[in-house]
Amino acid sequence: MKAQVKQFLDKPVVKPLIALLLMVIAMTLLSENFATADNLFNVLRQVSVNLCVSVGMTLVILTGGIDLSVGSILALSGAVAAGLTRNGLAFDGANLFLGFTFWGGILAALLVGGFLGAFNGWMVTRFKVPPFVATLGMMTIARGLTMLYTGGFPITGLGASFRFLGTGWLLGIPMPVWVAAVIIVFFAFYMKKTPTGRYIYAIGGNPRASLLSGIRVDRIILWVYTLAGLLSAVAGLLVTARLDSAQPNAGTGYELDAIAAVVIGGTSLSGGKGSVPGTVVGALIIGVLNNGLVLLDVSPFWQQVIKGFVILGAVILDKYATRKQA
Amino acid sequence: MSSDGVLIQATGITKRFPGTVALDGVDFCVRAGRVHSLVGENGAGKSTLMNILSGVYGDYEGKLDIRARGVAMIHQELNLVPEMTVAENIFLGREPRTALGLVDRRRMERNAAALLQQLGAPIRPGQAVRELRVGEQQIVEIAKTLSQEAEVLIMDEPTSSLSERETRTLFDLIRDLKAKGNGIVYITHKMSEVSALSDEVTILRDGRLVKSVPFSQTSIAEIIRGMVGREGKDFFVKNPHGIGDCVLEMEGLCLDDTQRRGRRLLEDISLQVRAGEVLGIYGLMGAGRSELLGSVFGLYPDQVSGKVRIGGTPVRIRSPRDAVRCGMALLPEDRKQDGLVMGMDITRNTTLAALESLCRHGLTDTRAEKARTDEYRSRLGIRSHSNRQTAGELSGGNQQKVVLAKWLLTNPRVLFLDEPTRGIDISAKNEIYKLMDELSASGMALVVVSSELPEIMAVSDRIVTLRDGRIGAEFPRERFTEESILKAALPAT
Repeated sequence: MKAQVKQFLDKPVVKPLIALLLMVIAMTLLSENFATADNLFNVLRQVSVNLCVSVGMTLVILTGGIDLSVGSILALSGAVAAGLTRNGLAFDGANLFLGFTFWGGILAALLVGGFLGAFNGWMVTRFKVPPFVATLGMMTIARGLTMLYTGGFPITGLGASFRFLGTGWLLGIPMPVWVAAVIIVFFAFYMKKTPTGRYIYAIGGNPRASLLSGIRVDRIILWVYTLAGLLSAVAGLLVTARLDSAQPNAGTGYELDAIAAVVIGGTSLSGGKGSVPGTVVGALIIGVLNNGLVLLDVSPFWQQVIKGFVILGAVILDKYATRKQA
Repeated sequence: MSSDGVLIQATGITKRFPGTVALDGVDFCVRAGRVHSLVGENGAGKSTLMNILSGVYGDYEGKLDIRARGVAMIHQELNLVPEMTVAENIFLGREPRTALGLVDRRRMERNAAALLQQLGAPIRPGQAVRELRVGEQQIVEIAKTLSQEAEVLIMDEPTSSLSERETRTLFDLIRDLKAKGNGIVYITHKMSEVSALSDEVTILRDGRLVKSVPFSQTSIAEIIRGMVGREGKDFFVKNPHGIGDCVLEMEGLCLDDTQRRGRRLLEDISLQVRAGEVLGIYGLMGAGRSELLGSVFGLYPDQVSGKVRIGGTPVRIRSPRDAVRCGMALLPEDRKQDGLVMGMDITRNTTLAALESLCRHGLTDTRAEKARTDEYRSRLGIRSHSNRQTAGELSGGNQQKVVLAKWLLTNPRVLFLDEPTRGIDISAKNEIYKLMDELSASGMALVVVSSELPEIMAVSDRIVTLRDGRIGAEFPRERFTEESILKAALPAT
């Protein structure tokens, strides 16, 4: 019995989960506005964007990499979706005009995100550029492309379908939460039950042994960065839909929130260890913390300081716990 | 030094790890001017004991009385900074200083040169460690330990990557140190080293002391019996069985050297391996043994030329994946770097290469994975408390068996084994030899690379020697003699 409890506590997702529950209890006691349905859905809706990005980040970090370009890819995909559905695509020379429906815009955004992610993966696998550098480059490139495409101005007024995606409800649950939930469930399953998921862990744990076991290491790394780009595009669609407007500077700093969620969720930055559910808990911790500090009227400047310490604390706790086991 | 010459006296040392007792009431004594050999199978507790003596583990039960001025340990793993020079590595953290407190480079390099000369190694103190061969790095590691001028030196398999000549020099040095009154603890698996060096021998088994005696009062046979813990089953004997058709054929295989343009690491290698046959490849370090296996296995797709045929069909192998699909498997020399994902459990390591064949509807099948792992765990005798244990927690022999299980799950037609018993204890060695015999009897073709002549002679049906990247000579089993094989492997001068 005691051993079972210990085994349960040793599961990487359990510690952050306990921390999250404690936070929720503390907030419920400290603020009467916290545990209301409105507020909790508000938290979930805010977290849903970070969740999409963080799931992609989890896969990348599990391979031992990092993706700094998620925020910029988010902005560009959102802008492309907004720009194409609103203004279409005109080829003046060929006297051709393409209009885009809602679904056309979404597809275009996903293509952009996936393509830029694949470009990251190509840099990392083909040219052996360290992931930090490759995605740092893409971070700047995609931001620049966003500015070029939007001319530096927001693109607003996207129509009812987009507004529904951003602010609508389905069966009593906000749409962005549905989107995030589907992504989470899918990727938690994907990582646990597909061979590719297993290979992602193996590559992060030992890329050379993986290669020698017949795993197509480069192809899987390329795929993981592509997925990260795709998921950033989904997040970009949610952000754009929610504001009914694509902001050229959307997503700035989101890579850091995503990395924080992954790390708080117990995923090792050196790869091979961690999980999607852990990241979900990590993102929820950040979400509850943000929301709680606002409800408690803590100044935004202090909020940042506190968030920083929470990240440090989480990593130290994790390290300490792992060392004790070994 | 005290009168009886005792430098370290450990009494009743017990060390527990979660779930296991690594050491159970062990006594151990190091005396001045004596070489004390410590032997035992992997997992017997040798390294744990030494980590306690050298102060790495502080929490143990029992009494430890250290009278020596300093205890230094040469670790089995290399702990060098590759980007730094040899001298910087030797004096890392203990750099000689000038009057101004800056690092005194000249003195540091001079001292390093003196140490290296004592070790008879032609290594320049200013060379970067990353440029050195593994054997040379091992010598730097030894020099680093010597520079600490500790009274007790612990050596954990120091010769595992040294050449014959380097080993002899090290032995001379050990005798020198002994004469100067140092106490030496020598951990090894090689019985020839035990008899060449020991004054005393301590045998550990499963964390317990089997016995501790002066070497003059025991024999190698007795030591082996003590390590294995049962009447020493005689050395492995190969069962004769029929040999079938040609499975793997190489023709005119060449491997270009990327560092030196126009040079080749392998030149015009043509070989055939038949079903049920064990082909031994023997050569000195640097003769191209591992490179030969890697070339066929698709590790160097852009440097290899020549033809490879499997079962008579020409194949193009551009990656390990291609090789695996063609029915090849490679048990690599370095199981930690190349064989296992240390943080993954036994099941996941075992099923890694055959995962897709164990899937149902494209999804991993936990039950099938567990069943197959259990099957191979009992077939290969992998000792662990559960399949959930990570590969990193296993002893060397069990790790090697997990890598072997991983490949057997892919049903290979050809199995390459690169130094299959390196760093593995005697009973695990014999188990692996027996497995190899069973596999070849079942019709698998085996290619074994080994630097241990007795080993390769025991397991092979045929031996081919490699020297300087070319095939030297070929010996059928009935013409195996140590002298002739060794001679054919030595570089022509």
